[in-house]
Amino acid sequence: MARFSDFAPLAALQSLPDLWEDGTIPHALETTGYRLGTGLSLAIVIGVPIGILMGRSRWFQQLTNVPFQFMRMISPLSWEPIAVVVFAGWDQAIVFLVSIAAVWPIAFATAAGLAKVDPAWFKVARNLGAKPWQMVTRIIMPAITFDILTGIRLALGVAWIVIIPAEFLGVTSGFGFAIQDARESLEYASLMGLVLVIGVVGFVLDSICVLLIKRFSWHRG
Amino acid sequence: MAIRGTEIKIQGLTHRYTPRSPVTFNRVDLESPPGEALAIIGRSGCGKSTLLHILAGLLRPTEGKVLLDGKSVEAPSPRWVMMFQAPHLFPWMTVSQNVGVGLSFGRWSKQETEERVTEAINLVELQDFSKSNVQDLSGGQQQRVALARSLVMEPELLLLDEPFSALDAFTRASLQKDVRSIAKRKGFNIVFVTHDIDEAVIMGDRAVIMAGSPGNIVHELDIDLPDPRERTDPAVQALRTRLMSTFQEAANYKPATAVAGAGR
Repeated sequence: MARFSDFAPLAALQSLPDLWEDGTIPHALETTGYRLGTGLSLAIVIGVPIGILMGRSRWFQQLTNVPFQFMRMISPLSWEPIAVVVFAGWDQAIVFLVSIAAVWPIAFATAAGLAKVDPAWFKVARNLGAKPWQMVTRIIMPAITFDILTGIRLALGVAWIVIIPAEFLGVTSGFGFAIQDARESLEYASLMGLVLVIGVVGFVLDSICVLLIKRFSWHRG
Repeated sequence: MAIRGTEIKIQGLTHRYTPRSPVTFNRVDLESPPGEALAIIGRSGCGKSTLLHILAGLLRPTEGKVLLDGKSVEAPSPRWVMMFQAPHLFPWMTVSQNVGVGLSFGRWSKQETEERVTEAINLVELQDFSKSNVQDLSGGQQQRVALARSLVMEPELLLLDEPFSALDAFTRASLQKDVRSIAKRKGFNIVFVTHDIDEAVIMGDRAVIMAGSPGNIVHELDIDLPDPRERTDPAVQALRTRLMSTFQEAANYKPATAVAGAGR
């Protein structure tokens, strides 16, 4: 029978060394980290160009605004049953869920950042001989680095929230699985310990984003 | 690096923003010989800024054409560079990176870039700031960086759209003198748009006055004064007065189309 005292902070903290020693935490960090990193990278690779198109092309913005706002409001987890049918393995399905959760904040933040860019910068650059691809790499990208990173920060938050329940099903690795496993084997102290670790990892990832934003932003103040 | 300026010919230039919007200006003709500093004076809304954008290739005329040394201007080019009211510097670049940005768009070796950037920065007297963040500079210094960013391309024609109007009087005066003296030393043309009579007299070889709606050139006046020009010089004062009274006459100008349209 489970004791409720196992949920207490002390028991949870005491479980951490064991969880590290037996490889639960390192392994979860590795597998969940891999899925998160892959999903987030895909979201960046897809979301930033979409955002630039939305910010630069009026017709693209008007064409896609309604469908994108609609898709954005679909809980990423509700794609899970579809994702496991479409993708060969659960791993890919989870990566897809992370991507679809993360792509919207990135795309919308990129578009909003681009909308704020001083249009005279484009005039100046064009006048000084910038080719269209130079306009993207030399003017647009540095101008909106702050906004893209802010979008990535938001996306990371959503992705981190989504990936844990996404790992409840199908896979036998990752933090989501580890929590399920602890619950099923009635190891409530470990369960709480994992909850703490999830919080800490999320906090650390967010702090890294904040540091990156500070480092790569030209904005003052 | 002496540059020959360019011969500017504007022929029958007409512009409207959309087919339904009113004509900004109608059949403007204007010529300027190589190396001339030409002032275009007019009130807000007479189309002088639009005219400058067309000269820069940043806007297309509805009718007519702009010829530089006999060749039609179809697109922007580093050979004719425009400066705006605000410096519009790139805040993620240092002063020297901003100055060299136009060269970085083309195929310039590192050494050539460095040489030209250094020369341009020296011209605008910002040697001590080349590694500075442009956000740390004053408004006047920022506009100097924008000037250097234009000069580094060694343009045949420098277009200035009220470039100093946001600066304080002292900074403005010193930049006006500098732009004129650099242009004269290098030999490129300048065409500048202003509503400041003083600016026209200090910087220009000739002033044309635009007025009316749709706008057109209604007067022109040679500014035949020796360099350097001082505001306190009686000859400068006298020309200023003349230009001012010509400008006021022009303000009463009614274009033919407006009169014809009155009977509708």
